[in-house]
Amino acid sequence: MTKITYVMFDGGERAVDLKTGVNLMQGAVANNIPGIDGDCGGACACATCHIYVDAAWLPKVGPRTAMEDSMLEFAEHVEANSRLACQITVRDELAGMVVRLPEAQH
Amino acid sequence: MADGNAGAPIEDATSIALEDIDVSNPALWAADSHWPYFARLRKEAPVHYCKASLFGPYWSITKYNDIMAVDTNHQVFSSEAALGGIAIIDQGAELRLPMFIAMDPPKHDAQRKVVSPIVSPMNLATMEPLIRGRVQQILDGLPRGETFDWVDRVSIELTTQMLATLFDFPFEDRRKLTYWSDIATTIPAPGMLVETEEEKLSILMECLGYFTRLWNERVNAPPGGDLISMLAHGESTRNMSPEEYLGNLILLIVGGNDTTRNSISGSVLAMHRNPDEFAKLKANPDLIPSMVSETIRWQTPLAHMRRTALEDFELSGQTIKKGDKVIMWYVSGNRDETVIERPDEYIIDRERPRQHMSFGFGIHRCVGNRLAELQLKIIWEEILARFDRIEVMAEPERVPSPFVKGYLNLLVRIPA
Repeated sequence: MTKITYVMFDGGERAVDLKTGVNLMQGAVANNIPGIDGDCGGACACATCHIYVDAAWLPKVGPRTAMEDSMLEFAEHVEANSRLACQITVRDELAGMVVRLPEAQH
Repeated sequence: MADGNAGAPIEDATSIALEDIDVSNPALWAADSHWPYFARLRKEAPVHYCKASLFGPYWSITKYNDIMAVDTNHQVFSSEAALGGIAIIDQGAELRLPMFIAMDPPKHDAQRKVVSPIVSPMNLATMEPLIRGRVQQILDGLPRGETFDWVDRVSIELTTQMLATLFDFPFEDRRKLTYWSDIATTIPAPGMLVETEEEKLSILMECLGYFTRLWNERVNAPPGGDLISMLAHGESTRNMSPEEYLGNLILLIVGGNDTTRNSISGSVLAMHRNPDEFAKLKANPDLIPSMVSETIRWQTPLAHMRRTALEDFELSGQTIKKGDKVIMWYVSGNRDETVIERPDEYIIDRERPRQHMSFGFGIHRCVGNRLAELQLKIIWEEILARFDRIEVMAEPERVPSPFVKGYLNLLVRIPA
């Protein structure tokens, strides 16, 4: 189990333990964390699981894929640390990672 | 679309030879008889080639995961207007306005990005009170105890008012938007709304003239929250060519018109046919957002989107050839029993109601999805606050089109 902390837009925090191999969208949905929809089920095809990865963790999660870049083109308030949660898979080295949710998903 | 064409006679879906199945036949859509054909294709030939149809040869993609594979592979499956565009009927060469839905990256991504914030949840939140006020007015004006056409009195009126609101369009002229939308989707032919390409073009130029006046007004005023002001002041849009301005306006007018209109009508029909679900909703109005998603799945207001293969591609054992027309039948993916539980049933409290195909997936996913959901949410909140029930008095007449899946009318009565 790996601890991941989701910070809501209003500042509230939810820390959850996720199994290796699940992605951060699934982790949020399974734990009823509001603000992540995941309409496409994790296919990098709807951009409704937009999150911001805290700077310290960026090198560990790695770069976006080309498809992820394209999908993020039409999310709102995209920053350098924007990612789609369904494209980040939980593994040991992400233990303690903090991600932030945007105001809304498009 | 192919309105006015009766299509070929309907054969029995279970006995017709597999190779003779043509789900694009407009008669199937007018009669709501396409369901057993798709059920058979999903089972026996999920990636199916139709050799000849009103729209020429085409591939049918009928299962959820195969549709997802095509929709998310824009490198192989193009939306480019010059190749035919995004619907089963090839886009004519005469009038090919630049609009981002019929473009591939990188141009698509840049243009979509400009329009997207206009229908973002944050922007829509500021419009909600105005939208609600207009919904209330429409509903309060409906007759009690007499039969009327819900499509005309509510669905068309509401979506047209929404568009007028979004554009801050002169309210008294709002049915012009409906008219231009209908013109834009009409294939010119004798006896149709427009008979020639020239006639169609001249009406769309009137539309451009009208919107250019609005542009000039807004560009000389402080930035406002409406769509035209945002385009006129936006850094990457203020230098759009007239063709690009018109192309994107038409896309937004058509996109915001037929689709939501038919989902609104569909929601009333679905509730009428499923009284237990209606009772559930009345007992727990918190289910409205979930009911809205379920309605959009159940209705699937655009039955398909089309792509053109840029290279040979292997899909579920079939080889799609370069240049082939590929139809992603969202209407069938939304009934795929291997992905969605009890897909033919209308269940407003499904576990994952948002996991449907009606908005498409990938880079062309519906940009106005949140606006559509907001309109449906508000209308049902206001319906529940007013009416005990809405009775459907007759089977609706349906649009004879394999693209716009909707209703020509829906006769209803609100008990006195």
